[in-house]
Amino acid sequence: MDFSELFFEAIGTLTLNKLRTGLATLGIVIGIGSVIALVSLGQSSQKAVTEQIQSLGSNLLTVIPGATSSGSVRGATGEATSLTYEDARALLTSSEITTVKDVSPEFSRRTQVTTAKNNTNTQILGVTPSYSQVRKVNLASGSFISERDVEAMTKVAVLGPQVVTDLFGEGANPVGQSIRINNVSFRVVGVTESRGGTGFQNQDDMVLVPLTTAQKQLFGADYVSSISVEVHDENVMAQAQDEIGYLLLARHKLKDPAAADFTIFSQNDILGAASSITGTFSALLSGIAAISLLVGGIGIMNIMLVTVTERTREIGLRKALGAKKKIIITQFLIESIILTFAGGVIGMALGTGTSYVLSQIINLPFTLSLTSVFLAMGVSGAIGVLFGWYPAYKAAGLQPIEALRYE
Amino acid sequence: MIQLTHVSKIYKNDSVETIALDDVSFEIKEGEFVAIMGASGSGKSTLMHIMGALDLPTKGTYLLDKENVGKLTDDELADIRNRKIGFVFQAFNLLARTTALKNVALPMVYGGIAKKERTKRAKKFLEMVGLADRIDHTPSQLSGGQQQRAAIARALVMNPRLILADEPTGNIATAQAEEIMAIFQDLNDKGHTIVMITHEPDIAEHAKRIIHLRDGKVVNDSNHHRQKRTKN
Repeated sequence: MDFSELFFEAIGTLTLNKLRTGLATLGIVIGIGSVIALVSLGQSSQKAVTEQIQSLGSNLLTVIPGATSSGSVRGATGEATSLTYEDARALLTSSEITTVKDVSPEFSRRTQVTTAKNNTNTQILGVTPSYSQVRKVNLASGSFISERDVEAMTKVAVLGPQVVTDLFGEGANPVGQSIRINNVSFRVVGVTESRGGTGFQNQDDMVLVPLTTAQKQLFGADYVSSISVEVHDENVMAQAQDEIGYLLLARHKLKDPAAADFTIFSQNDILGAASSITGTFSALLSGIAAISLLVGGIGIMNIMLVTVTERTREIGLRKALGAKKKIIITQFLIESIILTFAGGVIGMALGTGTSYVLSQIINLPFTLSLTSVFLAMGVSGAIGVLFGWYPAYKAAGLQPIEALRYE
Repeated sequence: MIQLTHVSKIYKNDSVETIALDDVSFEIKEGEFVAIMGASGSGKSTLMHIMGALDLPTKGTYLLDKENVGKLTDDELADIRNRKIGFVFQAFNLLARTTALKNVALPMVYGGIAKKERTKRAKKFLEMVGLADRIDHTPSQLSGGQQQRAAIARALVMNPRLILADEPTGNIATAQAEEIMAIFQDLNDKGHTIVMITHEPDIAEHAKRIIHLRDGKVVNDSNHHRQKRTKN
C-alpha cells in the first residue's frame, strides 16, 4: 500500500468528523500562529531598533559626562557637568587626535515650548552647525543653525516635524514664525526631515537651538550634556576611543583611567544592549507561545486516542484481513501528521497576517524570516509524530480477536 | 490442510480460568465443506479464531498447510490470514462509509497488489456474488444479504484456499440466507475448503461434514451427503 493511498484514506477519515478535526487542529493553529506572530514581531522590533541606531552611523562615538563602573551604556546623562565646549574643541584641534572627522557638542534639557495658541513639552537641544553633519540630519525646509548663530548667541530654532505638528498643526510651514522657549522668543529658521518615531529618543520631537544660546540664555550652564564624535572610518573606532579617552583624561588632569569622569560609547555598544533586551523579550514571548503549541499537541494526542478507541473494531477487521503492525501505525501517524501539519499551515498564515497587521499598527517594518516558517512547519510535523506515536502504537498492538469482539 | 492436535484454549480472567477448548483433535482435508455446530459457549467461536490464525492455542498444535501457526510472529500471522484465509463474519464487518468496491479491495491492499488489478478483481468478485450494480454503494445502502455477499466477495479476492464463515446467515433474512448458502456451495464445488460455524441445523445441512462441539470437546464428527448437488 503506497503512501499516497494512505494519505487520501486518512483525508477521507478526517473529513468524516469535520467539527472534531477542526477543533483538534485549532490547538495547533493557535500554537503555531502565536509562535510565528511573536517571533516575527520580535524580529521586526529588533530590526527597527538596529536600523534606528545604525542610521546614526556606525562611525559615531558619544562622550557623556559621569563615570560608569561596568563599561556598559548609561541610562541617562544625569547632572554630571564634567564635559565642556572646550573639551569638544580640543577633540578636533589637538595634534594627538588623528582619527576624528567632526565633533558635535550638545546641551539638552526638556522644557516647555509655546506659541500664541499651543504649547508642548519637548527636548531642547543646543547644538553647533556640526550637528547636522555628525548626526546626519537633513532639512525639510529653511536653513540650519550657522557658525555665526553660535558665536552671536542668536535666538533661532530648528524644529523637528513632530514639534511643528504640535505647535502649528500638521503640514504647516513655521519658517519665519516665532516660538517661546522658557519665555524667550525664538525665530524658526528651519524644519528637519522626519526620521521616524521609534527607538529610545524621538528624533522628530525636538527643538534645535545654537549651543551657546541654550547654555547662556536659556539654562545658565557652562557645560555640555554630550559630545558626538564622527570618526573617519569605522575600522579605527577602538583607536579613536583610546585617543579621545587619553586626551580627556589629560585635560581633566586625571591619571588613572578608572577614575575617568566621562564615558565613551559607540553605536555598537548601544546596539548590543538594545539587542539583548529585545532578544530576551522575544525569547520570553516565544516561550509562552511554545507552551500553547505543547498544549495543542496534547489535544491532538487526546483526539487520536479517542479515534483509536472508537475504531477498535475497524482496526481488528483490518488486522484480520492481513494488515501488519507497520501499516496500522503508518495509517494513524499519517492522520495525526495531517492534523498538525494542516494546523501548522493555517497557523502560519494567521500568524503572518497578525504580525503584518500589528507591525502596521505600531509602525514597525514587517519581517518574516524563512527560518521561522520552515521551523514552524517542521515543528508541527514533529508534533504530529510525537503525539500521534502513542495512539498509533496502541492501535497496532490491538489483538485482532479482542478488537473484533469489541462493542 | 488443517490439522489440530490436542488443542486446548484456556482464558484467564481475574484468576478465574475458563476452558473454552478442551483437547480438540481433528483434520480437515482440501476441498471439504465442514459445519461446526454447538450451543453458545460450546467453544465453536474460539475454535474458529484458532483456525483463522486470529488467536493461538494454549496447548496443542495447529498446522495449517503443514505450518505450525503457534510459532509465527504477529506479522507472519497477518500474512497467513491475508493469503490463505478468507473470513466471513456474522456482523459482516464491512467498513462503514466505504463503497462495496473499496471494501472488497481491502485485503488486496494489504496483499500488495497493484491498484489497477485490485479494482479489476474486486469488480469481478462483486459481479460473481451478484452485486455488479452496487459497487459504489456503501454498506448502509445495502440490505443485510447484500452486505454479506459483499463480505463474501471480500473473502475471495485473495483467492484463499480456506474460507472461514462465522454464523454467515445469523444476521440475515431466511430467503437471503439461502442465496448465501448457494454461493458457499458453489465455491465448494469450485474447490474451496469451507469451514462454517452455525447453530442452525438447516444451514448446517449444506455442509458435507458436521462437527458437534459441547463444553469445548468434539462430541460428534460425521460425514453426510448433501441432498442437492453432490460433487463427484
